[in-house]
Amino acid sequence: MTALDSHTQSSDTPIRHEGFLRHKRYRYLKAAVVISIVSIIVYLFVDVEPRHNGGTWYGYTLGTISTLLIVWLMLIGLRKRAITPGHWNLKGWTSAHVYLGASLLVLATLHTGFQFGLNVHTLAYTLMVFVIISGFYGVYFYATTPRRMSDNRAQRSQAELLTAIRSIDRQLREAAQPLDPAYVREVKRAISKTKIRPGLFTSISATQKRCATTHALKRLRHAAPSAPEEMRRPLEDIMAILERKNALLLRTRRHIRFTTLLRLWLHFHVPLAFALLAALVAHIVSVFFFW
Amino acid sequence: MSGIIKAAAGGGTGLLESFKVAIVGSGPAGLSAAARASARGISHILLEKTSHLSDTIYKYQRGKYIMATPDQLPLRSDVAFEAGSRESIIDRWDDGADALKINVRLNSDIVSIQGSQGNFQLTLADGETITADFVVLAIGVQGNPNKVSQPGGDLPFVQYQLDDPKEYFDEHIVVIGGGDAGIENALGLAADPEQGNLVTLLQRADGFPRAKEANVQALHKARDDGRLDFITQASLLRIEKGGSGENPWVAVVDTKDGEARLACDRVIARLGAAPPRKFVEAAGVEFTGPDREAFPILSAQYESSVPGLYIIGALAGFPLIKHCMNQGHDVVEFIAGNTDLQPPDTPLLELLFEKASVHRSVDEWLDYIRTGVEILQDVSPLQMREFLLTSMTHYKRLGEVIVNRNDIGSSIFAIIDGSVRVEIDPNDKKKTVPIEAGSIFGELGLISGRRRTATVRAGEPTMLLEIPRNATLKLIASVPGVKRRMERLSMERQIGQIFGRVLTPHDVGEILSRSEIIPLRAGEAFINEGDHSTDIYIIRSGSAVVEKQIGGKDVFLSYILAGNYVGEMSLFYDGYRTATVRAAIKSEVVKLPGEVFERLLAENSEFRQTVEKQVAQRRRVNDYIEAKRESFSSVVDMHSSIARFLLEQEGLSEATDALVIDETLCIGCDNCEVACAEIHEGISRLDREAGNTYAYLHVPTSCRHCEHPHCMTDCPPDAIHRGPDGEVFIDDKCIGCGNCERNCPYGVIQMAAVPPKKPGLFSWLAFGVGPGPGEPKREWVDSHKKKDETAPKLAVKCDMCAGIKGGPACVRACPTGAAIRISPDDYLQIASGSQD
Repeated sequence: MTALDSHTQSSDTPIRHEGFLRHKRYRYLKAAVVISIVSIIVYLFVDVEPRHNGGTWYGYTLGTISTLLIVWLMLIGLRKRAITPGHWNLKGWTSAHVYLGASLLVLATLHTGFQFGLNVHTLAYTLMVFVIISGFYGVYFYATTPRRMSDNRAQRSQAELLTAIRSIDRQLREAAQPLDPAYVREVKRAISKTKIRPGLFTSISATQKRCATTHALKRLRHAAPSAPEEMRRPLEDIMAILERKNALLLRTRRHIRFTTLLRLWLHFHVPLAFALLAALVAHIVSVFFFW
Repeated sequence: MSGIIKAAAGGGTGLLESFKVAIVGSGPAGLSAAARASARGISHILLEKTSHLSDTIYKYQRGKYIMATPDQLPLRSDVAFEAGSRESIIDRWDDGADALKINVRLNSDIVSIQGSQGNFQLTLADGETITADFVVLAIGVQGNPNKVSQPGGDLPFVQYQLDDPKEYFDEHIVVIGGGDAGIENALGLAADPEQGNLVTLLQRADGFPRAKEANVQALHKARDDGRLDFITQASLLRIEKGGSGENPWVAVVDTKDGEARLACDRVIARLGAAPPRKFVEAAGVEFTGPDREAFPILSAQYESSVPGLYIIGALAGFPLIKHCMNQGHDVVEFIAGNTDLQPPDTPLLELLFEKASVHRSVDEWLDYIRTGVEILQDVSPLQMREFLLTSMTHYKRLGEVIVNRNDIGSSIFAIIDGSVRVEIDPNDKKKTVPIEAGSIFGELGLISGRRRTATVRAGEPTMLLEIPRNATLKLIASVPGVKRRMERLSMERQIGQIFGRVLTPHDVGEILSRSEIIPLRAGEAFINEGDHSTDIYIIRSGSAVVEKQIGGKDVFLSYILAGNYVGEMSLFYDGYRTATVRAAIKSEVVKLPGEVFERLLAENSEFRQTVEKQVAQRRRVNDYIEAKRESFSSVVDMHSSIARFLLEQEGLSEATDALVIDETLCIGCDNCEVACAEIHEGISRLDREAGNTYAYLHVPTSCRHCEHPHCMTDCPPDAIHRGPDGEVFIDDKCIGCGNCERNCPYGVIQMAAVPPKKPGLFSWLAFGVGPGPGEPKREWVDSHKKKDETAPKLAVKCDMCAGIKGGPACVRACPTGAAIRISPDDYLQIASGSQD
């Protein structure tokens, strides 16, 4: 069973409930499929003059539906934030957003009549496609990441992970007391230079390669065999603690990677959607005034 | 206060002056009596030992909030009083004494009272004598604190009160006494780490039986946080020199681990106070008995066994300020000859019985109810008056519904006249059991905290008294007779409900006479697998889990709610226990003797059939598991561990409605918290990330609306209630004392001030004005609140979005469907492993 499967089924927790993809037994998936099929059938069977494009009655119909749909889809941003009383449910909105949004690929493509060019009309279409693709990424992350995130955190919260790291730092400082100054410097540098969230790309990759803790561990391991006899034991302790910290850092970085992934796509999806809206306005204005 | 000392201490000795009434003690009772005397123009003198009025209140910790309970009782006094800080109350009383020109004599310690009505002589410590026709003794019990008798107890740094804990810095302080006063003092001294006090509390007993639960929890928390320390089973041996450096004094303490020496700059002893019995008895007053808690024998008009000597207030056994003040007023009226005066609550009680078909005076009604209703037999007239003020009367026609099955409600009903019919079968309204006048019903909800189990209708024109939960609990706690009668009645009912249809009243009586109530801690087993016993247990309150050892692991079999019974299986397994049964939370069970059951099973075939039918299901599960012992499926194992996580570790076994997050769906957007804050004045009542997780089920920090809410146990203004949908909510009577926050074992209540109003959503979206949706950040709140205004911090918790269309906002605002709310039915589903 893949992670995605488990989402389309009723969640496998023992309490019966539906996730956003399965909402009301796929009500909006069914609606989207019906709309798409009907619009394709109509496209194939109506005979419009001179040919299918945005300017025919069917083109106008599809264009109007698509425009209204785009505006409505964008209202989810308001719905999410305007917490008003009433029988609405954001899960239902998300479900509809996903499936009806995807159906735009069919509706808008039919609206173009497959006429593309280097103009504002195709720009609007292209932007829409990018918005939808970024949306698919979002759905993929929403459907797969939470479970992996939960596994990775191992029943701890982000705050608890960070506290655990801080307490390891304290242990490191204590364990470094009996060491020679050179080692102590190494340990201190490992503590101060270790950044949990170094930058966007490192966060996404969650790599430990350039982490100060990894480096310190490598160097100490290298130095340990040649260390004086009485330094060996404390060094081993330090290395054990550093190993633990490394493992914890990996978990924390993975956690950050997941939270980043869950949000990153929105930084494309939303601005692109606004760009689409602007292009759409330009497209409509130009069609009506300058055709 | 200048100007009120009219009868200034005259020079020399001998007779000072003669008055009609001499009032000893200027607390709420004495002050109110003097005020009445002054208002009526009766010659009087108010004698106060210390240099200020009302010493007991004066000695309260600075800023202490004083309640004006009982709420419904009207105040009848010439001096004003309402709930407020210690300072505001003292100011008001001082002003009142001035305005009414009360004849106060401060610094007047009375050492003896002699004589009788018309000729009392009151001797003062300085040798002077005051004569009076009547004496009102209102000296309370606090003027007489128990002292430290050990060597060093007379040192100047040993004190018996603490005015302002903020006055002490960098001191080693030993607080002696684990009552509320001692604990509150210790917590006050250690509250602010900046003050640098090192506080150690010594308590003689093992635990803190005399203190309020909230105080005890706060004390434990303070120790866990490292703010103070306490030692139980410890007693002071002596205070002696011998410390080092800046701390020359040490307190030598006997502890269970041997002698301990504690550095001490200050000792605060809060060892309680005893009524100054010797002094009172010397005046000729008789007491109700020899024990320490005995009170003087008084007439209904507060006159003691010495004619003309009246005793009111705490010394008479009334610790509440409002009672004291009313008594002060009334006692002077009685002395003035107004013996027909009715207590101040009489008009309210008259209103309560206004619609009754028979006309009786309030006193007659009190007597009628007390003698008529069995459980109220031992309640005193004053206690009757108190609980009646919060009760309601109902008059029902034949067939009219009193309570409906599955209603939320935890009050009890006493049948004053008439009778009711209980519909025992929800499917057949014809099957009823009568309850006659003088009995009560509704007590099951009181004990188990669950919904009403049956519909009850009037069997004839019926008059009922509805007593609210809190008043009932208070009666049970303060009148042993009520507790005893209630327990017997509820046991009888529970046994009757379960077995009554096939057993004769004689059999039920026999079982009852040999049964006992056993209190259990969470997790305590009362049936152990493999034991030989046939005793049967009824879960009276709380709930239990049934487990079986399989392959070295405890496998969860079932979950038993209050009102059901367990233990009958062994009757069918040669007396051997086939599983272990443990209390899931703090519970009470009724143990019924097994041999009576065995005999009844043998004698009564109908009874045998009933029990057999009931156990058939449990036997099937048991036999199935026995058969599958070897190949026990991991699925069942999984369910049993999830159920255990939710029910026991997370305490959902006492929840009625809890928020749970499916971590396979949760994207961590915190929109649930945003929604919660948006719909509730900008404060989120849930913390999504906090809390435990097991098998992708996350139980965030959010109210579970317990069956027996811990938060309700000690709410001074009685501001926490259960609403019509089962939600536990806090109303606007909250005074911000923080008791509920401390009492909640799940940490779901926070003390918070309502943040300032923020700009609307559109100005934020369009122009970035304001902090945006959700709980505003602290910096924003700080920079936007009005300068001179500090909003009070009040208790805030989930109210299940009661009254808000659409229901809980946290669930509605979840974009992926991860947030769900679950109730006991769902846990049972988990426990049995069936989900379709």
